Amino acid sequence: MFKIAKKERLNEQVTLMEIEAPLVAKKAQPGQFIIFRIKDGGERIPLTIADYDREKGTVTIIFQKVGKTTKELDTLNEGDFILDFVGPLGTASHLEGYKKVAVIGGGLGTAIAYPQAKELSRLGAEVHSIIGFRNKDLVILEDKVNAVSDKTVVMTDDGSNGNKGFVTNALKELIDSGENYDLVIAIGPLIMMKMICELTRPYGIKTIVSMNPVMIDGTGMCGGCRVEVGGETKFACVDGPDFDGHLVDFDLAMRRQQMYKKHERESDCRMFGGLENA
Amino acid sequence: MPNMSLNKVEMPVQEPNVRNCNFSEVALGYTEEMAIEEAQRCLNCKHKPCMQGCPVNVKIPEFIHFVAEGDFESAYNKIKETNALPAVCGRVCPQENQCEKHCVRAIKGDSVGIGRIERFVADWYMKNGKKESFDITPNGHKVAVVGSGPSSLTCAGDLAKLGYDVTVLEAFHTAGGVLMYGIPEFRLPKAIVQKEIETLKGLGVKIETNMVVGKIFSVDELFENGYEAVYIGTGAGLPSFMKIEGENLNGVYSANEFLTRINLMRAYDFPNTDTPIAVGKSVAVVGGGNVAMDAARCAKRLGAENVYIVYRRSEEEMPARLEEVHHAKEEGIEFLMLTNPNKILGNDEGYVTGMEVISMELGEADASGRRRPVAIKDSEHIIDVETVVIAIGQSPNPLIRSTTKGLDTHSWGGIITDDNGATSREGVYAGGDAVTGAATVILAMGAGKTAAKAIDEYIKSK
Repeated sequence: MFKIAKKERLNEQVTLMEIEAPLVAKKAQPGQFIIFRIKDGGERIPLTIADYDREKGTVTIIFQKVGKTTKELDTLNEGDFILDFVGPLGTASHLEGYKKVAVIGGGLGTAIAYPQAKELSRLGAEVHSIIGFRNKDLVILEDKVNAVSDKTVVMTDDGSNGNKGFVTNALKELIDSGENYDLVIAIGPLIMMKMICELTRPYGIKTIVSMNPVMIDGTGMCGGCRVEVGGETKFACVDGPDFDGHLVDFDLAMRRQQMYKKHERESDCRMFGGLENA
Repeated sequence: MPNMSLNKVEMPVQEPNVRNCNFSEVALGYTEEMAIEEAQRCLNCKHKPCMQGCPVNVKIPEFIHFVAEGDFESAYNKIKETNALPAVCGRVCPQENQCEKHCVRAIKGDSVGIGRIERFVADWYMKNGKKESFDITPNGHKVAVVGSGPSSLTCAGDLAKLGYDVTVLEAFHTAGGVLMYGIPEFRLPKAIVQKEIETLKGLGVKIETNMVVGKIFSVDELFENGYEAVYIGTGAGLPSFMKIEGENLNGVYSANEFLTRINLMRAYDFPNTDTPIAVGKSVAVVGGGNVAMDAARCAKRLGAENVYIVYRRSEEEMPARLEEVHHAKEEGIEFLMLTNPNKILGNDEGYVTGMEVISMELGEADASGRRRPVAIKDSEHIIDVETVVIAIGQSPNPLIRSTTKGLDTHSWGGIITDDNGATSREGVYAGGDAVTGAATVILAMGAGKTAAKAIDEYIKSK
C-alpha cells in the first residue's frame, strides 16, 4: 500500500499527488515513469514521474481526469492509500552536454517537461520553456517552470492570457529571432509533438519526444506499447519513453491510442453514470 | 490384484459447448472412487521407470500406492517431499512426455493417469488436509529470489525448508508469474496458485510485489542489502513478433499481452474490472504451442465466433500438450495447419481486417529434427479476422542481464549456468525459462530445486 502524502488540484482537470514510495524516489530520474493501480480489479496506469524527493521518500505524479481510473484517483485524498505503485520504469532522459535547449510542454505534458527543464538547468544549460494550454484557467506549473528557465513563454489557444497561439508559433518565432537551440524537448499530445517535430526538422534541430502509449506491465513483457521509430518497432516502456521525434511514426501512434476508446467510455459510463462525462 | 483395464479412468469435464462460454475450470477432477480405481492400475514396478521422466523426482509409485489404499494424506505428504506445487503440476505438466511416457502400462493401452491422480491428491488435501506445519530452524542466512513463477517458488520453498530467510521479489502486483498471467483460469484456477503461494508463506517465505529488479534494485544492491545469494527466475517475458507488415495495427496482440489482460487483469470480467480487451468476430492465433492453445481458447470464451490456430508446420509437429489440442478442437477452434502469415491487413483507421497467409509443405528435417516447412508457390490467400494474436515464443527479459555486470548470457538472451544453476557471477544462480528460453512449468521447477541445493552448499561452504 502506498500513501498519498499530498494532493493539490492544479486546475479543474489536473491534480498533483505526492506518493510515499521511498525506494522508487531513491532511484527515480527525469524521463522515467511509474505504474499505479488503485485497488484489486483496477487497471495499471503508467504516468511519467513529475518530480521526486529522495529525502522525504516521495514521488510526484500529475494526472488529468481522462478515464475511469484517473477520475477515481482524483476522488482520493491525502492520507488515503493506493494498492500498487511500481517504478522507476523506462530509460532516463539523456540531458548532459547541451548548451541551449527549448523545452516545450503542451497541457498536461508540462508536468513531464518540468523535471526535464529542471534537470537541464541543474546541468548548466540555458533553458527556454514554452508551455501551452487551451485557456488561461488551465495553465499549470507556470511558477515552477519559470523558476528553472532562463525564458518562459506561456501560450493559450484562445488568447485568454493575452498570448494567443500554439507552442509551435512561439518556438518558430524564437528560432527565427536567432536563438540557436542544440536540442528541443517536446512533451504533450501526440499531435503537438508531431507538429513540433515537423517545425524543427528543416532547421535540423535534434528533437526529443516522450511517448506514453497503452501498456500493461512496463517491463517489456506485453509489447502493447509498440511504437515505430526509424522504421523499427520499439517498446516505449523499456526503449523509451524518450525517442528521437524526427524518427517517430506519429500517425501510427495516434491510431494506436484510439484502440480502447470505446471500452474506456463503457467503463467510465458504468462508474460515473452517463456518457456526458466521457 | 491390480486393475487391468487398458484405459485410464475418464476424467469428468465440462461439456465443450458449455465451457467454451465460461472461464471455469474445464477438467473437474476425479472423485475418491475414481482416484482409487485409477491408482489400482499401477503395477508398482520395482525399477520405477515413471520417476525417470519427472524433473522433480516425485516418488510416483509410492504416492500412488497410498492412493490405492485410500490414504490420501500420506499420498500428499509423499508428493510434497519433492514437489512444492502438486496442484499446479497435476494440471499443467505435459505428463505424456514425462512420467506417463515411461509407464509400463503404456506398452499396451493407456499409461497410469499419474497427472490426474496427483491433481486429485493435491485438491483433496486443500479441502480435507490439516494445515501443514513445519519444523524449521532459521539459519540466519538471507537469500533473494527474483521473480515468482514456478522455478522461483520451488527454489524459495526448498531454501525456506532448510532454514533460509528467503525474500521473493516480483515485478507485478501479484505473485505467481506465468501461473498467474499466462495460464488461463479454465486450465489452472488462480485461487489454487494463490493457495500454493500461501503454503510457501507458511514456510516463512516473504513475498514483495511491485519490485522490478534491474530498476528498483540491481543484483549488486541485493548483495549490499545483506543477501548472500540471489536466484534469478525471471522467466521468458519478452514477446517475439514476426516482423511482418501490419504487425502494429490495432487488434494485433502478443500472446503475453492478450493473456495478461485476460488472466492477471481479469479482462474477461470487464467492465466489472477495469482492463479491457478487444476481441473481434474472427481471431487468428499464430503458433502451435500451449500458449497458442490458451490464447485461442480464451478468444472463443470471449465471444469470438471463429478462432483459428495458424501454424506453419503440421499438427504432428505442434509442441502443445495433447490434451490442450484435444480440448481446443472440442471447443470449436479451427486448426489451419501448414499455413504461414505473410502480412496483416488493415483499414484506414488502423484496425486489422484480415491476414494474408501462404500454404506450406514439409521438406527436409531441420536443426530441430522436425521437417522444415516450405512455402508453396502462388498459394497466398486471405483469412478474414479482426484480431491477431502472435504466439510464436518468448525470450528472456533483458532487464537483469543489462544491469548486472559480469553475468554471462547467450546471444539470444538466456543466462548461462552450469548444471547446478550457478552463473558466471559468484553467489548468483538462475533457472527456468530465464536460462532455457520458453519451456515447461515442471522443467522450471526442477531447475529451481537443483539451484536451491547448490545455493545451500554454496552458503555453507563460505
